[in-house]
Amino acid sequence: MSAAAATDTLLEVERLTMRFGGLIAINDVSFSARSRQITGVIGPNGAGKTTLFNCITGFYKPTVGRLLLRGAGGMPFMLERMDGFRIGQKAKVARTFQNIRLFPGMSVLENLMVAQHNKLMHASGWTVLGLLGLPSFRRAEAAARDLAIGWLERIKLTHVADEPAGSLPYGDQRRLEIARAMCTEPVLLCLDEPAAGLNPKESAELNALLLSIRDEFGIGLLLIEHDMSVVMGISDHIVVLDYGSKIADGSPLEIRNDPAVIRAYLGEDEKE
Amino acid sequence: MDWFPYFLQQLINGLTLGSIYGLIAIGYTMVYGIIGMVNFAHGDVYMIGAFQAMIVLLLCGTLGITWIPLQLLIMLVVAIVLTAAYGWTVERIAYRPLRGAPRLAPLISAIGMSIVLQNYVQLLQGPRPKPVEPLIRGGVEIMSRADGSFVVQLGYLQMIIIVLTIVLMIGFALLISRTTLGRAQRACEQDMKMASLLGVNVDRTISLTFVMGAALAAVAGMMVTLYWGNNDFYMGFIAGIKAFTAAVLGGIGSLPGAMLGGILIGLIEALWSAYFSAEYKDVAAFGVLILVLIFRPTGLLGRPEVEKV
Repeated sequence: MSAAAATDTLLEVERLTMRFGGLIAINDVSFSARSRQITGVIGPNGAGKTTLFNCITGFYKPTVGRLLLRGAGGMPFMLERMDGFRIGQKAKVARTFQNIRLFPGMSVLENLMVAQHNKLMHASGWTVLGLLGLPSFRRAEAAARDLAIGWLERIKLTHVADEPAGSLPYGDQRRLEIARAMCTEPVLLCLDEPAAGLNPKESAELNALLLSIRDEFGIGLLLIEHDMSVVMGISDHIVVLDYGSKIADGSPLEIRNDPAVIRAYLGEDEKE
Repeated sequence: MDWFPYFLQQLINGLTLGSIYGLIAIGYTMVYGIIGMVNFAHGDVYMIGAFQAMIVLLLCGTLGITWIPLQLLIMLVVAIVLTAAYGWTVERIAYRPLRGAPRLAPLISAIGMSIVLQNYVQLLQGPRPKPVEPLIRGGVEIMSRADGSFVVQLGYLQMIIIVLTIVLMIGFALLISRTTLGRAQRACEQDMKMASLLGVNVDRTISLTFVMGAALAAVAGMMVTLYWGNNDFYMGFIAGIKAFTAAVLGGIGSLPGAMLGGILIGLIEALWSAYFSAEYKDVAAFGVLILVLIFRPTGLLGRPEVEKV
């Protein structure tokens, strides 16, 4: 890695440990993720990938360790010390889930508008000024709507903008969840198995979408994925976890040939 | 058509009463919708609203403010602001610390809060009912029986109550469906964790829900003070139970349901008292609730419970 690229470090995970009682879900894991890169996190089931995401997005408070995010303008945020909603609001980390968590009863467009809550709340003077219909608020709302509609066009869901999000087909819900996360204008987007349950065509579209997000918005993506064609195809850098510990860290090519990774996935030759 | 004037009068009375129940019921239904808890102290917050209105009315008299529209305006504003502050405080001290605790814990806390508020008012204001001089008298005669033996009257106060309720309902429905805050409330209702991940300050959104519910209860309390003018520290209990019934009847969690339930309970009470017996009006209201829960457990406008993650 060249010295110039090193200045782009977005998230530094340092000696992260997460214990639940006697169970060590993550054991002393350190790695970093850069902006303008897709960092893949892989590992067998139960390796601690989702726990890692839960620590980064404030669901869990890590037992030990530091999660340093360099936000917009180089502002540092210690994610491990922040309240859940401030991680989204101030540090600008967004995430999607393995089991989709849209607001099923709200319309597709509204799902994208909720993601812009803070911006609009601020512009509306905490609703009071918004009720008066001040022009500044109207402009902010129009801008938010434009952003949302832009995303709907991008993920080709404009025709269902007013349908309840819960009524969409599975693949569309996946894309909508990514669009909603992007509407928060994040610096780091964490995707938990975005390709799960997609057919090959949808999966290819997803790859294109993720690459376009990386290149166009210059943000960092953190990607948990089981589908190796997705991970190997689009990741710039891969971190491999097994039983809560990091066993490898490198480019897709390095990971593909790493003996520890092959052992973790295929199992060791053991005499029984 | 001899029966019609009498019936019409009962409809008017029932609608007035129903408006008041509906306003209180909204507080129950919103809080239930967002944190899945029955706020048993809500009836007492309404009682606080009634007392605030009464105190402001007496203060107006002392200060020499006699112009009725101004009195009403001051009552409305002061009662809303102070009662909303109570609503906020109740949430802050009795429910927020228990967020994430088993569901029964905030429920018990709510019952405790209800007792605290009742005793607080009993200590400060005394246990005896406080009569309030009617502020707004008179009304419009709509029709009468041919022999003049019964006159249907729509009181000015009844008009104010019904119109104010309709205005508040419409405003409120718009607030929930159109504004950024309302959108956040609906998002929290569906998936609080997810809303928080998107940067919505969930605690503040919940607080504001309590504030809104308390503000509407304050309006109901003020109207009751003017309508019956007989406030005591225990008045919130039965009104609270009735409004809760209204919320369940309409489908708890549903705003239009709360309003519909309130009006139905009001009408049932008024008609039952008029045609059968005033003593058993509560039996009628609760009896209808039981029937609805047997045949339509989600209430009239409620949606079936969606499994939450």
